[in-house]
Amino acid sequence: MSDEITVPDELKGNVFITKLSELYGWGRKYSLWPMFFGLACCAIEFMAAAAARFDTGRWGMDLARASPRQADLIVISGTVTKKMVPKIVTLYNQMAEPKYVISMGACATGGGPFKEGYNVVSGIDQFLPVDVYVPGCPPTPEGLIAGYMAVHEKIQNERINDVPWYEKDPIPKAPVPLLGGPDLIDPRHMDEIRARVRAPQSAAVGGEPEKEDA
Amino acid sequence: MAIDLGAVEAQLSTAFPGAVVEREGDWLVLDRDRLPSIATYLRDEMGFDFLTHVSASDYADHLDVVYNVYSTRPELQGPGLSFKVRVPDRVDARVPTVTTIWKSANFQEREVWDMFGIHFDGHPDLRRILLWEGFEGHPLRKDWHEPYYEEDNKPFGSRWPYPENPRPRSAEQRVHWRANVQYPQGFDPEDWDLGADYPPLFAPKVEINGIDTEPVYLNVGPHHPSTHGVFRMVVGLQGETVTNLTPVVGHLHRNHEKIGERNLWNGNIPYTDRLDYISPMYNEFAYVVAVERMLGKEVPERAEYLRVIMGELARVVNHLLTIGFQFNELGAMMTPMIYAFTEREHVLDLFEEASGARMMHNYYRIGGVYGDVSDEWLARCRKVVSRLDRKIDEFETLLTDNEIFISRSRGVGAMSWQEMVNYGVTGPVLRSAGLSYDIRRVEPYSIYESFDFEVPTYETGDVYDRYRQRIAEARQSIKILKQALNRIPATGAIMDGKNAWNVKVPDGELYSRVEHPKGELGFYLVSDGGTNPYRYHVRSECLINLAALEAMSVGHLLADAIVILGSIDITLGEVDR
Ligand code: SF4
Repeated sequence: MSDEITVPDELKGNVFITKLSELYGWGRKYSLWPMFFGLACCAIEFMAAAAARFDTGRWGMDLARASPRQADLIVISGTVTKKMVPKIVTLYNQMAEPKYVISMGACATGGGPFKEGYNVVSGIDQFLPVDVYVPGCPPTPEGLIAGYMAVHEKIQNERINDVPWYEKDPIPKAPVPLLGGPDLIDPRHMDEIRARVRAPQSAAVGGEPEKEDA
Repeated sequence: MAIDLGAVEAQLSTAFPGAVVEREGDWLVLDRDRLPSIATYLRDEMGFDFLTHVSASDYADHLDVVYNVYSTRPELQGPGLSFKVRVPDRVDARVPTVTTIWKSANFQEREVWDMFGIHFDGHPDLRRILLWEGFEGHPLRKDWHEPYYEEDNKPFGSRWPYPENPRPRSAEQRVHWRANVQYPQGFDPEDWDLGADYPPLFAPKVEINGIDTEPVYLNVGPHHPSTHGVFRMVVGLQGETVTNLTPVVGHLHRNHEKIGERNLWNGNIPYTDRLDYISPMYNEFAYVVAVERMLGKEVPERAEYLRVIMGELARVVNHLLTIGFQFNELGAMMTPMIYAFTEREHVLDLFEEASGARMMHNYYRIGGVYGDVSDEWLARCRKVVSRLDRKIDEFETLLTDNEIFISRSRGVGAMSWQEMVNYGVTGPVLRSAGLSYDIRRVEPYSIYESFDFEVPTYETGDVYDRYRQRIAEARQSIKILKQALNRIPATGAIMDGKNAWNVKVPDGELYSRVEHPKGELGFYLVSDGGTNPYRYHVRSECLINLAALEAMSVGHLLADAIVILGSIDITLGEVDR
């Protein structure tokens, strides 16, 4: 079968030929609904980006949804704290596929100016798969829009026949960290924590240094 | 002007012999065991009805709990009394509560318990407030160290890579879990209840008018479009009427104070930007004023004018944004907010040109400001100010007489000013209830004394009056701005001395407060003469204003509780710090 398709003269200008995947990506990228979700200072710039001057409505993003079930994009806009991170991951898990994550600002990316704080998680990417990182403290709305464009590009390049949400197996959920003990517990570390407290001369403390080249 | 400490001491000592244990600078050390009766006396006999600040400080051999009380009586408004009680026992630290005398102590004592582990006997609800139950230790004690701990003072050795430390390791590399966590010796995750702290959905049945009903608990937030960030409240409902409401804060607790005690004095300025991120300029203002008071530093005149200009622009923006958000909550989704954000952009352009940053300005310096502005900037600023003036009119035309707004807001959340004072409520919310109390007037700082402006007030303190109050205050700010822009000296230094990398602040402690757009923003600073604060505490008006939320909301509909929350005007960055 040849890839060539001829368009009859009388339909030129009315019919466009494209690949299904491209159409699929094109349609999705201009209807990306972000979640109405803010964490800290960066959220103000997130809102400023949606307001009149920067107007992300130009890319079909003006409809911010308060419910995670209706959102396609979560912008982690601010400092991720231990007290908040279980809720953020739960929100992410409640979003329907396909879903995208933008880590906005220094805090969400790596803890930012508050990294050393005892209640601060150094980066949301410990728990969520981040698609785009936007640097800045806070990123300007222009910077955030550049991040949106990067997500658009990613969506545009996804091919309908290999996207994970049409596969047979369900996509695994992000691990929801546990809070309630002395500190945040990553469920993936559960066994190790248990092993370390049971071991004689247990050293389940955090301050123990790693080897130089670990 | 300062309070006559000798007279206060004499009066207290007559009423309670031996009550004043010691006098330490401008602070009285009071007898811990008799604190409740002394406090009652201070409130009822001496007129100190306004407890605005409670916090603590850890010295190696003892802990201090500090209090700042003020008076709202017209003849006594102005500087207040600073006192403290001493807690010698670090293990079983106990102080009697003053919550029964001043309700504003409620959240602040909980915070002291959370951060310092000082138990307040008789406190009605002494739980952790910023952290969660089960957290190990009390982080603001000097001997408590977090997982990423490096050194007591900045700059950390690891941030100077050469020559001793050729390969600095990141914080993650130093911690076993490669994350910011630590577990105490012998911690077994299975022994802990790691579940969520939600109340049961239904409370036991009660009978009302012969009908069995079940009160419902509704959890609002921390992810909720109307809680202004990550604020959570657990609302008890009878039908749609609020029967009780518990604010749950701390979801944005970023350890501002612990980090602030490591930073250089200068290094804290950009951190204060991140407190109330709606009006960063004013937070800086509050902090530099506090440090300058400790240093006894004078600020050049042109710098003072620039400070006032930036600060008042921030106030106008803050009030417009608050009104915008407020209408979001009332159902006018987005439109007023977008109008407010448009005005914010005009002001941010000015800020950006002056400071180099759009939102986190880092513009104020100890002893001045960071950069001068051009005449062209001033001309543009004049234009923006007259534009803002017009826009406030426009807001008023659109909103003030709006019937839906009036019927949703009249009488909602009303509270008398006396009660607000007891809860420690400050700022526009307090003034809208009829008390003329503005720190720019009662305890002037910077050059506010030289401006002609009024302190507007309204009568009922309901949501409608708070709205009108904000409009009226924005108008007064415009008035100040116009005067400042006319009178600013054409040239002159903008910095007292040269802009030092590092300042040393003499030994001492003080509580200094300013009139932030949201209320009384105070800094409690202790210096041991070094290059970083020994103790750095932010008296957050947002957190303390929240203490009155339950009393304002009970009896109203749930939808009104959201509106009341909006009208209190909180920013979570400052609530949780
Ligand atoms: S990156 Fe900066 S602006 Fe953004 S949340 Fe963190 S501190 Fe605030």
